[in-house]
Parts: sequence; structure tokens; C-alpha cells
Amino acid sequence: MTGFLLRRLGGAVFVLLSLTVVLYAVFYVAPGDVAQIACGPRCSPAQVAQVTAQLRLDDPVYTQYLHFLQGIVAGRDFSTGTGVEHCSAPCLGVSYQSDQQVMRLILTKLPVTGSLVIGAFALWILLGVGTGVLSAWRRGRITERLLTWLTLAGTATPVFVIGLLLIIIFCSTLQWLPSPTYVPFTENPEQWAWGLLLPWVSLALIESAKYARLTRSSMLETLAEDHVRTFRAYGVSERGIIGRHALRGALAPVIALSALDFGTMFGGAVLTESLFGIPGIGRELVHAVKVVDLPVVVGMVLVTGFFVVLANAVADMLYALADRRVVLS
Amino acid sequence: MTTPLVQVEDLTIDFGTVRAVDRLSFTLEAGAALGVVGESGSGKSASASALLGLHRGTGARVTGTVRVAGTDVGAADDAELRRLRGAKAAMVFQDPLSSLDPYYTVGDQIAEVYRVHNSVSRRAARARAVEVLDRVGIPDAARRARSRPHEFSGGMRQRALIAMALACEPRLIVADEPTTALDVTVQAQILDLLHDLRRETGMGLLLVTHDVGVAAESVDDVLVMQHGRAVERGPVAEVLGAPRQPYTRELLASVPRVDEKRAGVPGPRTATEAGPLIEAVGLRREFGRGAGRVTAVDGVSLTVHAGETLGIVGESGSGKTTLGRMLVRLIDPTAGRLRYGGTDIGSLPERELRPFRRELQMVFQDPVASLNPRRSIGESVADPLRAAGETDEARIRDRVRELLERVGLDAGRYERHPHEFSGGQRQRIGIARVLAAEPKLIVCDEPVSALDVTTQAQVISLLAELQRELGIGLVFIAHDLAVVRQVSDRVAVMRQGRIVEQGVADDVYGSPRDPYTRQLLAAVPALDPVRAAARRAARRELAAA
Repeated sequence: MTGFLLRRLGGAVFVLLSLTVVLYAVFYVAPGDVAQIACGPRCSPAQVAQVTAQLRLDDPVYTQYLHFLQGIVAGRDFSTGTGVEHCSAPCLGVSYQSDQQVMRLILTKLPVTGSLVIGAFALWILLGVGTGVLSAWRRGRITERLLTWLTLAGTATPVFVIGLLLIIIFCSTLQWLPSPTYVPFTENPEQWAWGLLLPWVSLALIESAKYARLTRSSMLETLAEDHVRTFRAYGVSERGIIGRHALRGALAPVIALSALDFGTMFGGAVLTESLFGIPGIGRELVHAVKVVDLPVVVGMVLVTGFFVVLANAVADMLYALADRRVVLS
Repeated sequence: MTTPLVQVEDLTIDFGTVRAVDRLSFTLEAGAALGVVGESGSGKSASASALLGLHRGTGARVTGTVRVAGTDVGAADDAELRRLRGAKAAMVFQDPLSSLDPYYTVGDQIAEVYRVHNSVSRRAARARAVEVLDRVGIPDAARRARSRPHEFSGGMRQRALIAMALACEPRLIVADEPTTALDVTVQAQILDLLHDLRRETGMGLLLVTHDVGVAAESVDDVLVMQHGRAVERGPVAEVLGAPRQPYTRELLASVPRVDEKRAGVPGPRTATEAGPLIEAVGLRREFGRGAGRVTAVDGVSLTVHAGETLGIVGESGSGKTTLGRMLVRLIDPTAGRLRYGGTDIGSLPERELRPFRRELQMVFQDPVASLNPRRSIGESVADPLRAAGETDEARIRDRVRELLERVGLDAGRYERHPHEFSGGQRQRIGIARVLAAEPKLIVCDEPVSALDVTTQAQVISLLAELQRELGIGLVFIAHDLAVVRQVSDRVAVMRQGRIVEQGVADDVYGSPRDPYTRQLLAAVPALDPVRAAARRAARRELAAA
């Protein structure tokens, strides 16, 4: 177990470092004058040169990268134009745009995206697996065909369509809900939940369709296996077979997929965040890419990568827990 | 007059347009044992499933009446049927690994079944599970009940399935090929167990098997099926001793006998003075690293001469397949020498090995998996010719036709695909493909174990014929002792990676020297029920000794 965790940790560090190398390389060859953008459209060439020097953009790209690594391990100092600011380890650098430390920026955005993702995740697993089980149970009947059609529609619908529909129905027409706004959990848990309700539901509806289809197909596969036939031949009821044997066997692919989705959602819930005005990581990342704010992009991508790797390790452990034939090594 | 335990009248089962069972009628008295024997596709398994109403909801069409322990299976509602299943009639399935849920412990699975039919606490059900596991001979049952199926050996899993069947004390056990996936010594143990249980509990047994010997060992009456119909039914000694129907006679004649000498094969045999074709000295193969290291083949020495057949027999895990693959260098030996025609090919790099490749060929067990389903069989057979550099299309075609005819197939079916052929025909195609390479040595790994006995007999005689005619050396690997005796000049018995006994076939079978060989031979089911009883007694003595 300890060996497994250590090896996973090593793997994670390697993956994340590779990510940063790729990002630096991509930004180096990408078009756009970073200093000009950072300084603003009305800056004179002299001012741009000053910004360039201040951001140390005239260093070769590998020196910039080494400074970045140094910041993570030991922290580093930044000139703010008027003075010097220390950014302690682990330092992910300072935004080109706002002079804000990336680590602090992430720490303010993380709870926001976390609230969105964790709530939606719980909802979509419940909804998706539940629907999948129901349609496997009612296989060949009208219920299954209806659910299959609905989940297909769900997979094909973009999140902003569902989201907009929900806003129009529940906020404008029926006026059952206030327009979604983000209120931190620590400020007011009740408003936090009401504000996130629609984002959770729209994200969960889309995602659960995928899970319903996956659960259904892998349940049907398990239902065709020999050991299910054994329990049928011993008088175990259909409910016992579905609940105890088929569902258990069908969970493995669901665990694997949910780990990936959970991780990527931290950086990838862009559309939902934009639509509902949630100031999370996804929105910040898109903005940073637009203005070529390399430190922010790298920081945000690292966070997403970290969650993908973490979720996968957790999935592997769950996997071994669910199926004792799997040995963690 | 008591009603029979099982009463089947005019049972007919259709899968779509295929009639699997055709107006089958039979009865089974309480406490009696009936063997249902037939080749694949004879409808024996479909009939057994019908006893528990397992076709319900599968799309199969079942007509006729089936009454089991007072329940009309066809007319019963789902709840009634569930009360029959497991409680009054229990089924023991073939493949014990896939027939248990991999996620739960063996004890929990038996307890679950027990609780379906008895309103008892979880704890009481677990205790019952331990009790029946102990009854079927699982050592340290209380602890092993907490193991999951993958932690059990094949024989133990089969015992666990039987324990599950015993849990609710049913009046009938339906066993569908309960020993087919097992080694012969384990098979004997399971059959002995079923025999003892039946005597103790007085339950009825319906045993479905393709192996006439297994039936002879275990039942009072036997029912022979072909194409979904009952061909012959009677006391086992009568049906096997003096069969009245031509099909039964044909079936019995095809069963390879372990206690009969090999039938003479005409044709020349190359003199052995020429020296061995291939010689292995101290051949060894290890798999894995560190603590997980396993020695699959542990210092094996053998020779094969041109024109002779060396049979290699052993149980699963004995290393016979690894050895066979090393002989044709599909697997590299870890140590030891492998001399072929004056060259040590054991450690030759692939590039230098290439000239030898076509002379060393292999026939595999599964004819379905070893033919590409998307290519015509003619093209598959032509592969070795093209690999040898032949480019003249007309010559390739002629040679392939010749080969197809040589193995007894219609050359006109050149363009057909593998799925259009039966199992035996596919194995013939595999043999034709091997012959196309003009090999000097052919290693056959379980070439007939997926085939029915009548087909098996045909493929074996084809191999023998070809070998005599072409003077090739043949290595015949199989788990079936009878089959090996019927094809081999010499025999090697393998156990745990070593050859425990090697010699002329009739000597090894007639007067085995190694205790393991004796144990193996004692485990082979006898076709004669009287002898079967004697052998059962002999096995008990061997086990007690």
C-alpha cells in the first residue's frame, strides 16, 4: 500500500512537470507580445521595454522555466515596479496582468469550483447510476426505451442549453428560485446551496446521461454472466440479482470514468461557470489564456492535473476495495 | 404408487428456428441417478435447464410438461418457480470459476442462497454454509468460507458449487458437466463425492455429460441423446455393455480406451538409427521475477525421432504446454539445450532461427481462435507458402487444394470462411495449414480436446495417417490419458514441470512405475460400471495409503 502510494506520487510529479514543460514550450512559440498585452494598448515602446524587463521576459525560455521551478521549491522574489515582493514556496509565480500571486488566486477560486464540482458530482452519480440500474432492470420494456432515448438526448445537449432552459423556467417564468449567484459556504450555507442548485442540476443532467448509458450496458453485460445464472437457478429474486450481483459487477467502469470526469471538471466546467456567473477556476483559466498570462495558465492547469491524478489514485484504491482480485502494486 | 421425482413428457425446446430438444420424455424416481449422455448440440444441457425452468425469459420456446418434485415447471408462476429452484431441485454448473460471483466470499454466496429459502439470521446461514463446505471436503471450512472464488482451486470451486446445491437439502441435483473443466484426478474426487452424497442423503441425480466414462462411474440409468431426441435409455450396464442402437454403438466405439493397446497404423516407419530429430537436454523455463518466480518446466530431457509420436500427458499446470512451445521455440528456454539437426536452436537468435521455423510447426487446441475469421480458409492455408517465398498464384492455389483434399476437406470450399465449418473441420484446416509448411516436426497442443468423441477419433486417425505417410516427428500434448495412449509410440508423464516417467506407451500404461502415473491411471473413468465400482474402491485405498 505504501509502495503503491509512493509510486503514484512519483508518477504524479512526473506528469505535472511534463505538463508545465509543454505549457512553457507552447507559450514560447505562440503569437502575441506578452509585455504589450500586460502593459495595455496605449503603452509606449519604452514602457513595454520596462515591463519586459520587470517580468524578465527577455530571459531565454529555459531560464524562465528554471526560475519557475525554483519558485515551487524555494520561493522567489518579484519586482513590482516600485518594490520587491516575496513569494514563498511553493510559489507558482505572479500574474503578468494583476501582479497577484498565482497560488493566492488559486486558493480563492478553488472553493468556488470545488462547491460546483462536488455537488454536481454527487448528484450525477446518483442520477446516472440510478437511471442505468432502472433501465437494465426494465430491459426490453417501454421504460428502458424511454430512458435510452432520454439519456441519448441528454448526452447530445450542450450544458448551456439545459442551463438556459432551467434559468428561464425556474428563475424568470415560475420565479421559484433567485437568479443563481455564488455565495461562499462560510458566509451563508443556505444561500450557497440555493445559488448553486441550478448549476448543479444542469451539470448533473448532462453528465448523468453518460453514466446512465455506461451503467446500463455494463449491467446488461454482467447479467449475461454465468454467476448470475447460478443465482437465478437458486431462486434468488430479480431484485436480489440486480442489487447484489449485477450492480456490484457493473461498478468498475463507473468508478474509472468518474475519476477522470471528477478531475477534469475542476478545470473544465468553463461553460457552466460562465453561464451561471460562478467565479471559478474554469472562467479564470479561459481569461488567462486570452491575455497570455502564462503563470496563471500554468498554475490553473497544474491544479486540474493534480485533481485528475489524485482522483485516479483514489479510483484505483476503490477498485481494489470493490474487487479483491485486484492487487495494488 | 409414488409419483416420480422428475417427469418429463414431450419436452420440445426451440431456439428461434433451431429445434434443440425434440419430444423428449423420461422419468426419474426419487433417489435414482440418471445420466444424460450426448455430443455437443444433442440438447442435453437445454433439457437439464428446462427442469428448473431456466429457459423462462430467454426467448427459447418450451412446450410439453415438466414436473419436478411436485411442481409443474411450465405452469408455475415466478414465485413458485423460485421456491423450486435451489430448495427442491438444485443445479451444479460446469465452469466453477465463472459460476460463482467473484466479488463475494464463497460462504456468503452459499448463505445468500440458504436465506432465500429459509428465514434464518445471517449468522445461522453462514454457519450452514460452513457446515456444507465441510461436508463436501473443503479443509478448514470455517476459514475458507471467507475466501473469494479466485482463491480456490478448480476442484475446490466445484466442491463449493456442490455445497451450494446441498445447502437447502434438495431432493434432486441436476449436474451439468460438473467435471468437464477439471483434471482427471480431481474429476475422480468430485464423482466420488457425488456418489457418496447420494448414498447418504437419498437425493436424486441427473448428470449431464459428454463423457460416457463419467456417466458409467456415477449413474444407475443412462439416456443417450442425439439431435435433441432420446436414442436409447436403460440401465447403464446394459446400454454401455450391449448397446441396441447404431448411434450408441458408434459413440462407444469412438471413445478412446485407456486400457486398450493402440490400434495398428499401417505404413512405413523411419528407422530410429538415424538419430533423433530433436533432442532436449535439461530444458528449463522460468516465468516472473523475484518472489513471484515460477518454474514451469524444470529440467526436461527428451528425444523425438522422425516418424514417431511422443505423447506428453499431464494435468493442468504441469508445464506440458510450455514444454511444447519451447520445442518449436515459440518460447525461449531459460536454460538447457535443444538440438535440432545438429544445431543447438535453444539459444539461437531469431534471425538465424528463421530457416528452421517452417520445419518446426505447431497445431493449437482452439481451431476457432487460431484461424483468422475474416479470411477465407484457402488464404489461411496459403500463408506458409507465401511466407516461404512462393509467388505463383496458380501454384499456390493448386497446392492448397491438394492439402485441403489431403486432410479430408472439399477443395471447392477454398473461398469459405472459418465460421462455415464445424469444429472438427476447422481443426483439419489447421492441420492443412501446418502441412503447407512441409514441417519435419509438429507439436500438437491438445488438438482434439475441444472436439466431440466421434470427431476426435477422426482427427486422431488423420494425424496418425499423415505422420506415417510423411515420416514427420509428432509431439502430442494432451490431458486425456486415453487419447494419448491411442496416438503415441512413446509417452512422457509430466508433473510440476518434470517428466516423472517416460517410455514405450504400452509399458507406461501397462505397468506404470511412478506412483503419480498409477494415481492418474486409477482416476480415468472406466466404461464398465462394475469395473468403475472396483476402481472407486481402489482409489479409496490409494488415497488412504
